[in-house]
Amino acid sequence: MSGTNRHIISALVENEHGVLAKVAGLFAARGFNIESLTVGPTEDTTLSRMTIVLLADDDTLEQVVKQLRRVPTMVKVQDYLDTPTIQREMVLIRVQAGDGSRRLEALEVVNVFNGKVVDLTPKDFTAELTGSENKIQAIVDCLRPYGIKELARSGKVAMTRSPTAVR
Amino acid sequence: MSDLDAGSSKSESRSKRDTTHKIPPVHADRANRPPLDDAGRTRITPRVLAPASESAAACRVGPRRSYKSQGPWSGGEILTEALLREGVEILFGIPGGVLLSLFDSFYHAPINMILVRHEQGAGHMAEGYARATGRVGVAIGTSGPGATNLVTPITDAWMDSVPVVFLTGQVASNLIGADAFQEADITGITRPITKHNYLVKNADDLPRVVKEAFHLAGTGRPGPVLIDLPKDMLMSARDEVSWPETMRLRGYQPTIEGHAGQIKRMAELIAASKRPLLYVGGGAIASRCTAELIALSEKAKIPVTLTSMGLGAFPAEHPHYVSMLGMHGSFAANMAVSHCDLLLAIGARFDDRVTGRLDRFAAQAKKVHVDIDPASVSKNVKVDVPIVGDAATVLQALVPQVKPVDARAEWLDQIAAWQKEHPYGYSRREGEILPQQVLESIAKVTRGECVYTTDVGQHQMWACQWIPVNEPHRFISSCGLGTMGFGFPAAVGAAFGVRSQGLPVVCITSDGSFQMCLQELAVSVGHQLPVKIVILNNGCLGMIRQWQHMFFGERYSCSEMNLQPDFVRLAEAYGASATRVADPKDLNKALKWLMATPGTALLDVVTARGENVYPMVPAGGASDEMILDPKEAVAIAQRLGFESFEAD
Ligand SMILES: Cc1ncc(C[n+]2csc(CCOP(=O)(O)OP(=O)(O)O)c2C)c(N)n1
Ligand SMILES: [Mg+2]
Repeated sequence: MSGTNRHIISALVENEHGVLAKVAGLFAARGFNIESLTVGPTEDTTLSRMTIVLLADDDTLEQVVKQLRRVPTMVKVQDYLDTPTIQREMVLIRVQAGDGSRRLEALEVVNVFNGKVVDLTPKDFTAELTGSENKIQAIVDCLRPYGIKELARSGKVAMTRSPTAVR
Repeated sequence: MSDLDAGSSKSESRSKRDTTHKIPPVHADRANRPPLDDAGRTRITPRVLAPASESAAACRVGPRRSYKSQGPWSGGEILTEALLREGVEILFGIPGGVLLSLFDSFYHAPINMILVRHEQGAGHMAEGYARATGRVGVAIGTSGPGATNLVTPITDAWMDSVPVVFLTGQVASNLIGADAFQEADITGITRPITKHNYLVKNADDLPRVVKEAFHLAGTGRPGPVLIDLPKDMLMSARDEVSWPETMRLRGYQPTIEGHAGQIKRMAELIAASKRPLLYVGGGAIASRCTAELIALSEKAKIPVTLTSMGLGAFPAEHPHYVSMLGMHGSFAANMAVSHCDLLLAIGARFDDRVTGRLDRFAAQAKKVHVDIDPASVSKNVKVDVPIVGDAATVLQALVPQVKPVDARAEWLDQIAAWQKEHPYGYSRREGEILPQQVLESIAKVTRGECVYTTDVGQHQMWACQWIPVNEPHRFISSCGLGTMGFGFPAAVGAAFGVRSQGLPVVCITSDGSFQMCLQELAVSVGHQLPVKIVILNNGCLGMIRQWQHMFFGERYSCSEMNLQPDFVRLAEAYGASATRVADPKDLNKALKWLMATPGTALLDVVTARGENVYPMVPAGGASDEMILDPKEAVAIAQRLGFESFEAD
């Protein structure tokens, strides 16, 4: 067995009902474990893009990709492991940070990470941050001591870098 | 589409119909149905089908005149016309509330709508029809229970890659999701067991969806496609209908041509091989590559073994044929797989019933896998040369590149020696009919001049072993799902399919399986189909009993049936001819009677209970470690231990 890698699979699908259920069912039926799955519109209104992150060895990945390609409404499936890509994730974090100084410290953390405060109450604040997965993980770790009340991550979206772009 | 639409069209179509028919028609069958005769039997002069054209495509060429001369069109009429445009000549099913308007459209259409007695029967008939003709079958059931009754045949078609379009009624769009009467989320239920499915909410989409559904079902790796039809959509009306030439299937482009470099490597491996073996499955029948297989086998002197799905893809009478491989395959075939140095898998999928223990399957061999479905390649077994493509196309490219071989005496002699060493066999007994003997006699009496279908169990495996199949589309069995109850309705569907060729269909079944779908006797008798049923009546669920005998200390839990119907009188109750045979001396005569009797006939053969199928590779065992002798069976099974076996 080959080693396990974290794969990002980008799939262009027909914008029809049932495609998400089909893909989710495929993963469930074969016991493939998905870390995150996002779906959203693309520049072409007839197509949606799914970004699927999963841990898999090479054999499993081959099966995943083949099974996905077998779906007639699947227009294109790509594994981004060896492709230069831009990957982003967004997080919303509500932080407790009760009294004055701790609150200021926590807000400073958000600042350092180039986050944005999108909601503020006397009891807590909510910050928004976009970045690579590492960056998201880092801010979550830094804010944890201040008391994270609630957290929502978007899951990853990804695109290949433009072939002409300077790398 | 809006509810307003549905409402207005409903009243419109109603008033139109009311002027046409005083009594609402229920099904098209009725048009052909004379009243019951004095004996209470239906005596039907069936509508004669137009001869099946070569392929559905042939019926599709050119603009055709619609069966309806003017609008407005109801959704049901659009669907009917779309089916006719796909060359559909026959469909199987049962109406229901939400489908009434569709069945009303069938009433005038030149289409043979066969009323079955259970939707499972309809689904298996469509499968039998598809497998006997190579065309796309169609089955239909109403919303809710009608649709769920189709789930078993849909799964069966999925597992055996059978091209069938399933049509299901659905509650009106505004009720979907409301737990309405007879609502079932059939697109949700069948998502993992169809190639694709559709819920059509707008009648304008029907022409395209039907076109896509038939294309998906019949091309690439064939399989079931389902179209769910809400009642209001079927009843809505359109003044204009457009029939698209194009489909919206960007993501669906089966690879037909194999990779040229890989085909060259395949030819090189064949040239370098001393002990090559062709291992051929149902994909070869779907791809119609029998001629290419024979050409390859003869040019390079390659022996051929078939899976149960592949039977008929290569003629059994050919000297290079080594019979079926796998769990109940022949000693020679399993030894050949274990000893070959090159395994050429064509349209086969390395199923666990074929391979047994994976690491011991063809362990010495380089492996080439030709399959149209990329997901089948390297799924269970890593192969050295994967070739994604249509088998016939790939073999056509391959054969000219293959180096001719004059003789391959050593390898072919070795296989012949294995065949001699342990042929399929049984020892006759005085006064008792042995099941193997029945199959041997069926083969002799029918001489291959029929289509065979089987049910599931011991009789199925004996049929695979003992019936020589010389042509594709002539042996039809539920192999992937192993559906008891498949054999008889599949025979009925096949009989419709080959009617124009004048071929009878022999259904090989047993007491357990036959009781799962016997109600379709009404269809078989009603349409005077030449279906010849042979029940190998062993009084038990033989295959289950066999496993209990071998692996569960002969504790026969729920495998022996203490009450059996009188199958002869049962058949007669439906108007079929029937008789029983128990003495081996009368067996041949009885089989001749069966084949000579016109229409549907049944032969109840009382066979010895306790006969088991050998050879057997226990599940998960290595294919060269077969249990050959009934006397050793229990001892070997116990030595190997129960844990290594998963129950059937
Ligand atoms: C629908 C269904 N239920 C249960 C089984 C499990 N099963 C496999 S073989 C078998 C016994 C079949 O008995 P019968 O049709 O009498 O055939 P025989 O083995 O006696 O030839 C059973 C119950 C099955 N394959 N299909
Ligand atoms: Mg039985």
